[in-house]
Amino acid sequence: MGSNMAENHPVGFQWVMEGRLKGARVIHVDPRFTRTSAAANLFVPIRAGTDIAFLGGVVNYILENERWFDEYVKHYTNAPVIIDERFKDTEDLDGFFSGFDPDTRIYDTSTWHYAGMPVQETAGERSSGATKGEQSGHGAQAVAFVHGEPPEEDPTLQHPRCVFQLLKKHFRRYTPEVVSQICGCTREQFLEVAESLCENSGRERTSAIVYSVGWTQHTVGVQYIRTAAIVQLLLGNIGRPGGGIVALRGHASIQGSTDMATLYNILPGYMPMPHAEKDGDLASYLDNHSSTTGWWGHFDAFFTSQLKAFWGEQATNENDFCFDYLPKINGDHSTYQSAFDMIDGKVKGFFLLGENPGVGSSHAKLQRLALASLDWLVVRDLYEIESATFWKDAPELETGELETEKIGTEVFLMPAAAHVEKDGAFTNTQRLLQWHFKALEPEGDRRSELWFMYHLGRKLREKLAGSDDPRDKPLLELAWQYTTSGPYDDPSADQVLRELNGVGPDGRAVGTYADLKNDGSTVAGCWLYTGSYADEENKPARKVPGSEQDWIAKEWGWAWPLNRRTLYNRASADPEGKPWSERKKLVWWDTAQRKWVGADNPDFQEDKPPSYVPPDGARAEDAIAGDHPFILQSDGRGWLFAAAGLMDGPMPTHYEPHESPFGNPLYAQRSNPTRQLFARRENPYNPAENDAYPYVVSTYRLTEHHTAGGMSRTLPYLAELQPAFFCEVSPELAAERELEHGGWATIVTARTAIEARVLVTERLKPLVVDGRTVHHVGVPYHWGTRGLTTGDSGNDLFPVALDPNVHIQEVKAATCDIRPGRRPRGRALRELVESYPSTHEASA
Amino acid sequence: MKLADGIESYGREAQPRVGFFTDTSVCIGCKACEVACKEWNLVPEDGLVWTGHSFDNTGELSANSWRHVAFIEQQAPDPLKRGNQDFRWLMESDVCKHCTHAGCLDVCPTGAIFRTEFGTVVIQDDVCNGCGYCVTACPFGVITKRELKGDGGTHKCTLCYDRLQDGMEPACAKACPTDSIQFGPLDELVEQARQRCGDLVEQGVSEARLYLADENDGIGGGGAFFLLLDEPEVYGLPPQPVVPTKHLGTIWGAAAAAAGALAVGVAAAFLGGRE
Repeated sequence: MGSNMAENHPVGFQWVMEGRLKGARVIHVDPRFTRTSAAANLFVPIRAGTDIAFLGGVVNYILENERWFDEYVKHYTNAPVIIDERFKDTEDLDGFFSGFDPDTRIYDTSTWHYAGMPVQETAGERSSGATKGEQSGHGAQAVAFVHGEPPEEDPTLQHPRCVFQLLKKHFRRYTPEVVSQICGCTREQFLEVAESLCENSGRERTSAIVYSVGWTQHTVGVQYIRTAAIVQLLLGNIGRPGGGIVALRGHASIQGSTDMATLYNILPGYMPMPHAEKDGDLASYLDNHSSTTGWWGHFDAFFTSQLKAFWGEQATNENDFCFDYLPKINGDHSTYQSAFDMIDGKVKGFFLLGENPGVGSSHAKLQRLALASLDWLVVRDLYEIESATFWKDAPELETGELETEKIGTEVFLMPAAAHVEKDGAFTNTQRLLQWHFKALEPEGDRRSELWFMYHLGRKLREKLAGSDDPRDKPLLELAWQYTTSGPYDDPSADQVLRELNGVGPDGRAVGTYADLKNDGSTVAGCWLYTGSYADEENKPARKVPGSEQDWIAKEWGWAWPLNRRTLYNRASADPEGKPWSERKKLVWWDTAQRKWVGADNPDFQEDKPPSYVPPDGARAEDAIAGDHPFILQSDGRGWLFAAAGLMDGPMPTHYEPHESPFGNPLYAQRSNPTRQLFARRENPYNPAENDAYPYVVSTYRLTEHHTAGGMSRTLPYLAELQPAFFCEVSPELAAERELEHGGWATIVTARTAIEARVLVTERLKPLVVDGRTVHHVGVPYHWGTRGLTTGDSGNDLFPVALDPNVHIQEVKAATCDIRPGRRPRGRALRELVESYPSTHEASA
Repeated sequence: MKLADGIESYGREAQPRVGFFTDTSVCIGCKACEVACKEWNLVPEDGLVWTGHSFDNTGELSANSWRHVAFIEQQAPDPLKRGNQDFRWLMESDVCKHCTHAGCLDVCPTGAIFRTEFGTVVIQDDVCNGCGYCVTACPFGVITKRELKGDGGTHKCTLCYDRLQDGMEPACAKACPTDSIQFGPLDELVEQARQRCGDLVEQGVSEARLYLADENDGIGGGGAFFLLLDEPEVYGLPPQPVVPTKHLGTIWGAAAAAAGALAVGVAAAFLGGRE
């Protein structure tokens, strides 16, 4: 679901195909019939933006038909935990949970907590709303339980306020009929999926759920995934071979990118960026973000080791390990907010590395306007992408919204080396680091990111040498020595990996993050990567063929953490430590050796027996019981009910997308009340349930092109495979709007109008939702003004409506109009768009 | 499978016959085969033309497309899916068949086209004079002439002859992520294919069939054969291809007989009756 794996992860899809050949059942649920659907055993069409309703129906099916994995649910999840008596559900408040403040549009989540246990949150301050959600969402579950006694529970799962009963009540309305009504699939199709999942889960069998951006790119994206988590926890599929939830990333190393803090509010290893006001010094920061229980109990060791990696010898106990040198955030600096900040003149300069927001971001025009507002812009890329050439070829030049002569941005285009021209590692969707070796030197001025950043730092430090301005100290005192080699003085990527791994007081590479210390004696750039260089071996570079190993193949590359291939695999054994079945054994407790053994590395303390009960006052990992597998959670349990950490609710609820032709049949509250919107002149929205925009529209990807097109529109062998920007429509929609197959269509939203060739296909079917027929327009988003194949950019259509937890854009469900023929040019284009209704309202 | 025509000329240097088994039931239409082939063989890009024909913008095999992935959207029950599935999307990577009885090989006047020691059929670019006889002799329409950059010769899949000589599999087979394209000794492939086809039929995919795996067909079986999920015509393939030179002997015989009859007739006309 929310994925087109065959088209966008074709190489990874070989494993799905192999599974299918061995008898696995592959089910694809999606608004479009794609190449994935063609390879599946069952395809179920649903309306874009209704996956929570569908999965909620599965949750209800499991609960009503008593199909949950009872022992797993009772022991490994927080199903028995009793919640605060003040908690109110969406069923009680017509689409809201308790604690909503309509002025700030933020929830006070204190009534969602475990009864009698104030859950101490990280950066729990209400005012930093948007910041909070994301920091928690990235695994920094520093939700500390105030010590000692376990929460109030009902092991029989009958107490009306226990999580299990709250779940039942919350999802009771998601009947097969309601699912059909909201999603547009038939009852039978839905029931077949629900029954298949139940039938194929339990001791002897497991089911996996795979998703990609079809789930994340919604204003309720995080809640989509939460619903899947609830399904998988109820069915006992997490931490088990062949089970789990597989998040397919959108790029070869985007996992590595987020591990290394590609997002503004995290540091490498998913630690929160300190806030200028709230985290004034090291002690406050650690206090605000640590957890007393779970592995985040060692947060201080992870963090100080990282500061030591940044400032080396200069970082000492006396100066808080140079905590003051670390830049701080003071608000929302995410992508879309930054675009507005650029327009407002608050951001002067910008480094754009391997990204093309002028094509790839939602409401791409906003990005182009933002880039045109900068003083300077550095673009590093393999090609001269649209985000570097906006000043001469942005669509806004034709409409008059921008004029080249008035754009003051100085653009520096720095050519990038390709992946075969540099050493380094990719980290893929399985958290697997795979090293690649440089095959040839780059020609001309092309250089790797590592070369660029290292030498930029070196040159800046040289320019500032001798300065005693305190402002220059953070840069001058960086630990910045790396061995360089080759004709361009390339710094050693291998050394960087070793530094990320960490070095102990003995100068040797650290073996495990458990050995990191908070006293400055260890250095580690990223605690999650500790172990990747254990025993002074570059483990990601290991390439022992699978044919020479067992089915886990631990000696191919290295996965974090500690080369554990399945997270939470303690859950593959029962509370006594025995595998749930012979067929599905993965790790288990060996009573003779008194340790956990198995094919995979146990994601658990090796010597902690299943019978271990934490003593009062136990901290960090010692506070996690021997039968609680979810070691990164402060209570070691899988959270069916998210008592803390999320902006929009402890349980997922069906809300309509921000732009939708439909109201919410379940509640008066139509869309996610906490979704992030921007009431700004440059940011118009389609009014919801408006006849001017009757169709559902979404972006998608094609196998033949790569993201924003810089790496595929420019290559002849790829460009010729999909040589024109087209849109997909059903024959029924084509008839309704007089669209000709092979002709042109103009697609209109409040943002702009674009033109595309028309591909009429039966792969898109109209659906009947709530008694009305609804059509979907499919828009591949790869095109821009440059390259061998050019065209309008699909993302120009979509709004800036974001998930409140992680600020991701909703491009998988919005509305549009579509008309035959090419679009107007120049002023006439603006006139067309302005003839349609729009709103700048950013609430309700 | 039969020995390929012409292999006897290698004597003891002949290698076991190799080829492709393309199992279209696991093709995901990714076109890695098209790209890998072009990259390895430096086949030129041949036109940025959007066809609107499903996701197939390559159109057909030619001098500049040696692998072509066909996409067929059908309103038809998909037996691979249980339940109400009345739509399917067939995908197939087409290629030169390296026929046992190869029409192109038979008609080439210059000897540019030859049978390799592996049983494959290859056009030598430096010998080909662009006469175009092979273009019409292929029952599948695989070969065309390359006009780009004044080339003027004909080109087609070589089954990566250079890679075979170094013990490597062809580029397309290597790149295919789902092993839809399988490469190896032809007899083994035929064996595996029969097994696979049988399995599919057992699972209810009654339309599954092998195409060009029968050495008694009109081309003596193909060095590249396929598992299809419907009739060949659905994929744009000829249902009963025959090598055009198959009846050459009979044709010459008929021509000789006709010439003889004509000679007799003419003689009779002159001899019998001077009016």
